Amino acid sequence: MLLIENILLALNGLRANKMRAFLTMLGIIIGIGSVIGIVNVGESMTNGISTSMRTMGVNNITLTLTQKSDDNTSGGNFFMFGRSSPDESDLMTDEMLNEFRSLHNDYISYIYTTESVGSSTAEYNLNESNVSVTAVSREYVAASNLEMLTGRFISDHDEEKEKNVCVVSSVLCGELMPMQDPIGEQLDMVINNTVQTFYIVGVYDGESSSASSMTQMYIPASTARKLSGSGNGYQSATVVPANGTDTTAFMNLADEYFSQVYSRNKSYTVTASSMESMVESMTEMLSTVSLAIAVIAGISLVVGGIGVMNIMLVSITERTREIGTRKALGATNGSIRLQFITEAIVICMLGGLIGIGLGLVIGNIGAGLLGYSATVSVSTVLIAVGFSMVIGVFFGYYPANKAAKLDPIEALRYE
Amino acid sequence: MKKVIEMKDICKSFWIADNEELKVLKKINLTVYEGEFVAIVGASGSGKSTLMNIIGALDRPTTGEYFLDGEDIAGMKDRQLSEIRNRKIGFVFQTFNLIPRTNAVKNVALPMLYAGMPSRRANRKAKELLAQVDMKDRMYHNPNELSGGQKQRVAIARSIANNPGIILADEPTGALDSVTGRMIMDLFHRLHSQQGKTIVLITHSPELAQECERIITLKDGVIIKEERGLGHASY
Repeated sequence: MLLIENILLALNGLRANKMRAFLTMLGIIIGIGSVIGIVNVGESMTNGISTSMRTMGVNNITLTLTQKSDDNTSGGNFFMFGRSSPDESDLMTDEMLNEFRSLHNDYISYIYTTESVGSSTAEYNLNESNVSVTAVSREYVAASNLEMLTGRFISDHDEEKEKNVCVVSSVLCGELMPMQDPIGEQLDMVINNTVQTFYIVGVYDGESSSASSMTQMYIPASTARKLSGSGNGYQSATVVPANGTDTTAFMNLADEYFSQVYSRNKSYTVTASSMESMVESMTEMLSTVSLAIAVIAGISLVVGGIGVMNIMLVSITERTREIGTRKALGATNGSIRLQFITEAIVICMLGGLIGIGLGLVIGNIGAGLLGYSATVSVSTVLIAVGFSMVIGVFFGYYPANKAAKLDPIEALRYE
Repeated sequence: MKKVIEMKDICKSFWIADNEELKVLKKINLTVYEGEFVAIVGASGSGKSTLMNIIGALDRPTTGEYFLDGEDIAGMKDRQLSEIRNRKIGFVFQTFNLIPRTNAVKNVALPMLYAGMPSRRANRKAKELLAQVDMKDRMYHNPNELSGGQKQRVAIARSIANNPGIILADEPTGALDSVTGRMIMDLFHRLHSQQGKTIVLITHSPELAQECERIITLKDGVIIKEERGLGHASY
């Protein structure tokens, strides 16, 4: 008996019992639909996040002060962090960074440091606005694509003299001093329990940046150190490599340099990491999570499969006489089995195809709600098709085998 | 003359309890020659159906030898029995047993598909066979759109699809009114006389049996009488 005949036969049977066929398929539709939908949303999210992270500078290398691992025999970094914080002598210094820069000048475009000072309230002529203050070094402006509208960024001179100058966003200026040239105006802020006056030296375009960076205020790193009374050093620094630099190789160079510098320090060292590796681990984590959810959704597929098996058993009981007749006409057990397995596969595949459609719709809506553009992966769709076929075979085999083993005499006599 | 059916000491018994054997057929000896039209009659419980199942290779005898077209059936596997049923026997049932939701052509083509014939050829042959039983006009109708007599004609066309040695008809007119029953019987006579088909008719009606060439009467699992029939007057 030809395969095509069997498929036509199965479709014919489904057409005769449309409602039943639909309800049977529903389990598969929902199962496949939710798996595809979830994987779809997950992938869209991963893609969206990694592209947005890439625009932030995927090649940038972050130098971070970290605890040496042999000092860390029990428990993870997380617990160690609270127990001991680095001494002033452990921090990276300007000297280190400068030496590092001069050693590998060809590979380095910029080195800058950022340190969050905290959020504060900026006051201007009795108007107040919240700002988050970040202490940065001079090169930050070039490295971070900050667009200056008027004035200038923090200069070497400001750094040296530890001046109370600041660069603010155009949004802040609009709130505090609309229709006025902000350059040279004074802002009063409470930092470390003392009121400090800062002079605005520059304004950056805050409207085109994201909401979180709209209220950023930048001050010189040296000024921040003076105010907090902390020593001369940094917990982290960012290196922007020159164009065409091999990030991984350069990270190794950085690790090498700092491990030498810190070779005599018992508990701390500086390690290099890049946004790229962060993106990678983030992506990995997201896909693990969406896979886990998809597996849970896959359980509904098993339930759907059981539904298919159930309806196949009913169908076989109903068609006992037909099976008997087919056997009398010369159908072998094998061809009866094949007929019913084909029928189960057709149900599951149809359900699977509708489910894929549903899943794509769910994925699009879901990704849209989360604000990412939907991405469809062909492999997921193919896996879904294959999986629904496997369900058809798996849950169709038992009923089909039962049909194949019917005694023709009893089947013919069945009322 | 060629023997189509040759049964030697066929016994069939069923175990109805652990130690209780029910002997349904007791040492049946039966020979049917090619081109014969034989009727098997008997009251219900006489073992007619069991004998028919064995003749039709749906069941195996408990003991005895059965040669169908020269082949020994007794020791055959399920798969071989399927092939025998497919190629050597054409079944016609009292309840027609057409495949539902499947049109006449496809019903008739079915045994040919099981025999491995490509579906286009099978469909063409099916149309020819339907024309032979005067069902040319309703070839694409499903069984539920056909009358009893039409269904039985489709079933007869199906029974001769693979050109089998025997047509085994189990009460073929039992579910039909007398006029259509007559028509079906005429069709059997036509197949017999014009195409030389071997037909074994199982019936409980003595009138129908009289139309056949030979009448075998079964009672309590034993052949009690074998007589010549009148044959059909008009053929």
